[in-house]
Amino acid sequence: MTILVIAEHENSAVHAATYNTLGAAAQLSQKLNQDIHVLVMGSQAEPAANELAAKAGIAKVLLVDNESCVNATAEQISAQVLSLADNYDYFMAPASTYGKNFMPRVAAKLGVAQLSEIIEVVDADTFKRPVYAGNAIATVKSRDPKKAITVRSTGFDAACNEESGDGSCDIEKVEIASDLGMSKFVGQELTKSERPELTSAKIIVSGGRGMQSGDNFHLLEAIADKLGAAVGASRAAVDAGFVPNDYQVGQTGKIVAPELYIAVGISGAIQHLAGMKDSKVIVAINKDEEAPIFSVADYGLVMDLFKALPELNEVLG
Amino acid sequence: MKILVAVKRVIDANVKVRVKSDNTGVETANVKLSMNPFCEIAVEEAIRLKEKGVATEIVAVSIGPAQAQETLRTALALGADRAILVETDQELESLAVAQVLQGIVNDEQPGLVILGKQSIDSDNNQTGQMLAALLDWPQGTFASKVDVADSKVQVTREIDGGLETVELQIPAIVTTDLRLNEPRFASLPNIMKAKRKPLDIKAIADTGVDITPHLEVLSVEPPAIREAGVKVESVTELVEKLRNEAKVI
Repeated sequence: MTILVIAEHENSAVHAATYNTLGAAAQLSQKLNQDIHVLVMGSQAEPAANELAAKAGIAKVLLVDNESCVNATAEQISAQVLSLADNYDYFMAPASTYGKNFMPRVAAKLGVAQLSEIIEVVDADTFKRPVYAGNAIATVKSRDPKKAITVRSTGFDAACNEESGDGSCDIEKVEIASDLGMSKFVGQELTKSERPELTSAKIIVSGGRGMQSGDNFHLLEAIADKLGAAVGASRAAVDAGFVPNDYQVGQTGKIVAPELYIAVGISGAIQHLAGMKDSKVIVAINKDEEAPIFSVADYGLVMDLFKALPELNEVLG
Repeated sequence: MKILVAVKRVIDANVKVRVKSDNTGVETANVKLSMNPFCEIAVEEAIRLKEKGVATEIVAVSIGPAQAQETLRTALALGADRAILVETDQELESLAVAQVLQGIVNDEQPGLVILGKQSIDSDNNQTGQMLAALLDWPQGTFASKVDVADSKVQVTREIDGGLETVELQIPAIVTTDLRLNEPRFASLPNIMKAKRKPLDIKAIADTGVDITPHLEVLSVEPPAIREAGVKVESVTELVEKLRNEAKVI
């Protein structure tokens, strides 16, 4: 009944979402009294493997280190996981675009259902997950002997993120599994930013349609820089072309739960609330006092954002 | 090249979903049902590929109750050439849907299967990837751009950090993200014409797929309600509260 967590990482370092996934795995590990193993698949990925091997709570790291895995495709990752599947009963990955891409392939080949985006572990077979864009929470029991699970990062505190203190666990090198060979990575354009990533930021400053233009986002960026915050946006702002899609917070974008979420010029459509309502403290700045965003905000400021933002920038010094 | 498009009938995206008082599911009685928005994008992309001369025929498929014929008629009105309904009153899990689609793919032999990346009811985001795995086909999920050339398709994908491009050998699976295209509306003459396009109905029992659920839904509950907090009068007061009361900055 060992648990296999498939790590999302950048070879040199492990993504924060992996530690949230380990948070869910640690709860299962306790209930089942079973070990957690972590699969690191990459190229020159030893730093990521070493980072995980040194952590408390991880019994073994499996490392597939191969040039062809530098941007592994879903076909490659699922083939690798399936090659190891006999030894495991739980397969867990972050519900990011990384995990969502390959995990259903694993489930289908194993002939089992996948549990997508779990937010709570009830028992070894039972999990909670949001449906209808978070407007309902389903409690679902799996009848399958093996379980393929993706984990919503905001549902679980990070675990296995402290040094074990008594040395590293084993890193077992695993041969690369052969895949279909019918797909290949061509390239990527990642948004470069000095600011923290949305999904791991402690503070997020987000703009909506009320920002009126992409240029006006510099008002938010100035404040974000003073707070060490990430900049996000509502779908309306993305659809209007103000900012790229990877800024999007909401059901169709990123699900976030920072310590502080500042929503500026965002009305608060259901699909946006679904992506940020688990934030610890929510601030809404909007000139329309009827805006639904105020119904979830801890602190609401009814004010024109073009007046509020420069003032906020000044008060923050 | 033939393109297969899968479409699902779901509670309309603009309906405020309510959980039933006995916590067995959500209210579906007297609620407007429409084509899943991501499936609309899939249909639109297939039509554009046909308009470019890449596709020769578009077959729309749905799995669901008799009323899903309406959803298929919508796809036909938009530009699909024919439709197949696999009729069942049971709500199928993603794996069973993928298995049914696998059978249809084996019969129809399309070059591309285009699906929405997820349906807005169960929010699973699984079916396309599962179908790809069952067929041993490559996949391009969360597509924001699709280019077909020779026997390959290049798919630009929306990933968390930006965009990624993969190249797949055809036949392949594509799942759509929001920015792939803006679906058109069906014109009245096309809606009339769609009524005469072929729509085959198959019984789920004839597919040979075991549709026994793997998952048991124990309960469906409304999410925890977040209480509204206080209104502040000024930026200074806001910053003071964030520093001294909430202690988050």
